[in-house]
Amino acid sequence: MLNTILYLVLVGIAEGMFLWLVAAGLSLTFGVLRVLNFAHGSLFMLGAYVAFSLVKISGGNFWIALAIAPLVLAIVGMGMEVFFFRRIYDLDMSFQLLLTFSFVLMLEDIVKFVWGPLYQTSPIPPALTGTASILGVSFPHYYFFILVVGSAVGLGLWLFIERTKWGKVVQATASDREMSSAVGVKVPQLYTGVFMLGAWLAGLGGILSVPIRSLSPGLGEYVIIEAFVVTVIGGLGSLKGAFIGALLIGIFHTFGVMYLPVFELAIAYITMAIVLIIRPWGIFGVREA
Amino acid sequence: MKNSRIKSSQWRWPLGVGLFILIILLVPLVGGLFWQYLIANVLLLSLFALSFNVLFGMAGYLSFGQGAFYAVGAYVTGLLMLAKLPLLVSILLGFVAAGVLALILGFFCVRHTQVYFALLTLAFGMMVHAIVWKWSSVTGGDDGLIGIPRGSLGVPGVISVQLEPFTNYYYFLVIVTLFAIYFLYRIHISPFGLVLRGIRENSGRVDFAGVAARKYILIAFIIAGLFAGLAGALMAPLEKTVGPAVAHWTKSGEPVFAALIGGPFVFSGPILGALIYIGLKEFIVRLTQYWLLIFGIVLLTIVLSFRGGILGFIQEQIQKKRSMY
Repeated sequence: MLNTILYLVLVGIAEGMFLWLVAAGLSLTFGVLRVLNFAHGSLFMLGAYVAFSLVKISGGNFWIALAIAPLVLAIVGMGMEVFFFRRIYDLDMSFQLLLTFSFVLMLEDIVKFVWGPLYQTSPIPPALTGTASILGVSFPHYYFFILVVGSAVGLGLWLFIERTKWGKVVQATASDREMSSAVGVKVPQLYTGVFMLGAWLAGLGGILSVPIRSLSPGLGEYVIIEAFVVTVIGGLGSLKGAFIGALLIGIFHTFGVMYLPVFELAIAYITMAIVLIIRPWGIFGVREA
Repeated sequence: MKNSRIKSSQWRWPLGVGLFILIILLVPLVGGLFWQYLIANVLLLSLFALSFNVLFGMAGYLSFGQGAFYAVGAYVTGLLMLAKLPLLVSILLGFVAAGVLALILGFFCVRHTQVYFALLTLAFGMMVHAIVWKWSSVTGGDDGLIGIPRGSLGVPGVISVQLEPFTNYYYFLVIVTLFAIYFLYRIHISPFGLVLRGIRENSGRVDFAGVAARKYILIAFIIAGLFAGLAGALMAPLEKTVGPAVAHWTKSGEPVFAALIGGPFVFSGPILGALIYIGLKEFIVRLTQYWLLIFGIVLLTIVLSFRGGILGFIQEQIQKKRSMY
């Protein structure tokens, strides 16, 4: 019994780490640009597919794909921000959402066009196969790897935002765009940079999911809705919130599959609805005036 | 001179509407089942999009979860028809069930605005989808409900019209939908509609004027839910089957599309949008399987350049022309 619970908690945390990588980018973009990007899940999917191809081209080298795929996504993100998103910052929120939604549609078909509509799978890299055991519970190496990467990204983002000068600039711009522009921050470039970082994170999440998830063109939609749930629970724009929210939903999810299979899909939505009712700005979000 | 111009424009609308209705009623005489089916779908999407637009176009609240109400209308009606209840009763109960759900969900949703409202409706919509999908003992799960009968209509013992033949059901659907659209039009021109537009422009001022904006939005939410439910309820016997896809968020996206293409700020915008959406889809699907890409590009263009949709664009041009004189 205890073993099962420990196992479920570990799997839940690993699953949460995925959600965290997606939600981190989503939350970061929203926090600074004030645009909720529906297409963020599609970037995740694109990252996964690009990685899938890179693994294939490089003759099964997962590490090359791990290094390159997120960069490719960052460049794609740059194009999206410079050519499209930049033109909608002053619009009504509804129209911003709809613009990002148009990218969900386009990217789904682009992926279908390039990689085909069928499910694709790729094996776990040889260095990370096998299992380790903790307190008598055996647990796949690959999940540990995800735990490490997820935590490293969390730590890295925290250090970047709290401990570097650039992080301070990002924070300042997030809280007052006009003011920081007035003191000489190049806001448009900063926005592009933040969006690229978000896309990079989405790409990273994408490639990490390749060995354990089958890829299909509908992946983007699935991922973005889960990421929405996570960021809303944690508080839109709050990275700490996205982290806690991701772990929470990851664990709820694995326990749900085990003990409440009928409600497994509904659990995340119900949790989100409850949070929105009690604390609409999320657990770690800031109440807006 | 000026008077005659006003008169001619007064004439134009009833004439257009009359022509529109005439064409719809004449379709079965000229066109085959294909055209009837297509027009029936356009009408259902028009109703669905108009109901969505009570929230979006009028009040400025973007809902991404209207599929939930559509699905509840469709499933309740489908289940009741399978249980051999009369058609009108089944549809009425489907309509009411969607309204009840809208009352419950709306109570939570209208406490939020902007992005939170959109997300909350999306989440509730997907929750309904998850329930419909997993609760297979009632909803049939992934397969959905199959073999829904269309039943008959009439006064017991006096007259009875079988609705099983497609054309009969088509006329039934047309009549119900047109009445519903007329009702939504009355809402559009009513003081209630005016308050909703006021909320869209500036909800703070509406509150200061002593009107409880939130209460109005809740009523709008219920109206939107009711008529989305009616569209779903009418759809179930038309298709004879209902699957979980009707609750999916892509279904909730259809009225968004229709309203945006036609023009969310003009009453008839969503109707034109529905016609274009279904026509375009029917057309593109024949040419290529990549219709999402085309729709994505259309949406992108609308958001970047034509936020008033087609009718909004035309209206703008007319106003420009007028102001030139």
